[in-house]
Amino acid sequence: MAGFNFKLIKNPLSKENPITVQVLGICSALAVTAKLQPAFVMALSVTVVVAFSNLIISYLRNTIPPRIRIIVQLVIVSLLVILVDQVLKAFVYDVSKQLSVFVGLIITNCIVMGRLEAFAMSNKPLDSFLDGIGNGLGYAVILITIGVVRELFGSGSLWGYQIIPDSFYEMGYQNNSLMIMPPMALILVGIIIWVHRARNKELCEK
Amino acid sequence: MKFVRDFLDKIKPNFEKGGKFPWLHSTFDAFETFAFVPKTTTSSGAHFRDAIDMKRTMTMVILALMPALLFGTYNIGFQHFHSINPELSFFEGFWDNLLYGIIKILPIVVVSYVVGLSIEFGFAQWRKHEVNEGFLVTGMLIPLVMPPDVPLWQVALATAFAVVIGKEVFGGTGMNFLNPALLARAFLFFAFPSSMSGDNVWIAQKADAFSGATPLAEMMMGAELPSTSFWDMFLGIMPGSIGETSAVAILLGAAFLLITGVGSWRIMLSVFMGGALMGLTFNLFGSNPYTQIPFYYHYVMGGFMFGAVFMATDPVTAAQTNKGKWIYGILIGVMAVLIRVVNPAYPEGMMLAILLLNVFAPLIDYYIVDANIRKRMKRWKIKGGQNVQ
Repeated sequence: MAGFNFKLIKNPLSKENPITVQVLGICSALAVTAKLQPAFVMALSVTVVVAFSNLIISYLRNTIPPRIRIIVQLVIVSLLVILVDQVLKAFVYDVSKQLSVFVGLIITNCIVMGRLEAFAMSNKPLDSFLDGIGNGLGYAVILITIGVVRELFGSGSLWGYQIIPDSFYEMGYQNNSLMIMPPMALILVGIIIWVHRARNKELCEK
Repeated sequence: MKFVRDFLDKIKPNFEKGGKFPWLHSTFDAFETFAFVPKTTTSSGAHFRDAIDMKRTMTMVILALMPALLFGTYNIGFQHFHSINPELSFFEGFWDNLLYGIIKILPIVVVSYVVGLSIEFGFAQWRKHEVNEGFLVTGMLIPLVMPPDVPLWQVALATAFAVVIGKEVFGGTGMNFLNPALLARAFLFFAFPSSMSGDNVWIAQKADAFSGATPLAEMMMGAELPSTSFWDMFLGIMPGSIGETSAVAILLGAAFLLITGVGSWRIMLSVFMGGALMGLTFNLFGSNPYTQIPFYYHYVMGGFMFGAVFMATDPVTAAQTNKGKWIYGILIGVMAVLIRVVNPAYPEGMMLAILLLNVFAPLIDYYIVDANIRKRMKRWKIKGGQNVQ
């Protein structure tokens, strides 16, 4: 097991982050982050799907005929997504219901297809697997950040437990209902991108 | 004025490079140019010279807002005491009403200016450019579009949101595509609906027994006509956001803006035309009482007049071409009445209509300019062809 390339995991967390730098997977980032728990489960599911589809496709990469490669990739991805969906339904049914179609829509998540095309088709299995984990975690970092902010200010709770004490509400504090709506998630993603680029000048477009 | 100039000249070196506080240069510059018209001119390219610069323009708008502000202040007090004692006539207890209104409105104005200006100054220092003038007007508009009972921390949050997300991320004054004051209101409207809508927020410290519904809310509930008479609504004797109630005060401001040439008459006129157009259309086809009210009722209810005069005409976010201004204004009027009458979730359509058209203004301009270019290309080609013959 030589060449355990940790850069493959580290880079997608910040400099090549799938959401803030590659701007992929925005749709699900807006849809499932109103609460922390579904955001976390979604992030985990995507990580598993990206990692294992990368691994499998990388094993098959030399036998897949180039002209039908997309359909082969889709078959593998949908197989994994169905597995994930069934596991979620079996063990965390409530969250699975909250996520509704968005688990199925992982198939069309640009991050999955993007990594398969850009990385797994031309790299070794272990590297591809690490790349999948890295990109999944990069996605997870952003999703969980947004989930924390939205649930804390939108519902006053985290992971379903009330955080903001009742005395605050008595003093006139109110939950911010805009936080629960998708537009605020988009604005939060924008703010994260803003801060990220302000700290990493080399990411700014000329 | 001489001693102000002398004082500024004396402390100026402190803020230049190498002085004691070079990092406060933007702040100093803001105060210096506020007190005196700067002598500097654009160094390159063609430019017009005018006696009036942006700070002076903004001051004109502030002056135009004064009638609405004064009336609004008095009306807060009157509505409060009126809800306790419905027998009260408008000028009874004049000083009590005024004092109550001042106590209510002053904190909102202060919070809006302090929060907005500190963010503006902060960004200006950080980016090392001049402090933008835009917030002088925005800071006054924000209190005028708030309900009198709005919690101050919400005003602060909304102002911060509007200045940072609405303006600074796009590069500051002149770069924003949404009207910041309306954005602040829209933020509160969606974020804290309980303090921005319903029947309980439009009168300060309302007595519980009093209904407190605005004319718009009454129409929404299916009334034949608002319980307030047309002339009362025209004068502004009704509950509502602080500055929006009095059509008379707003029209005074509008006249001032038009005489000084600061506001665009095309936009104001076309917004009213759009409202009339949609109102009359509803009169023809409508089936419920709301669609049957005369179109001029829409002008005096809610924020239509205020939006048309002070919000839609914002030179940064409105359409820039003259033809574009007509389209932009008419669509605002049409959308405002449409949202009011048809959409059951939003009693007031003016805010959303203006924000929507703010988004479309650049597109409208683009097609107007594009059409003009094509027209001239065509003319040029025809001439070119004749020359060849």
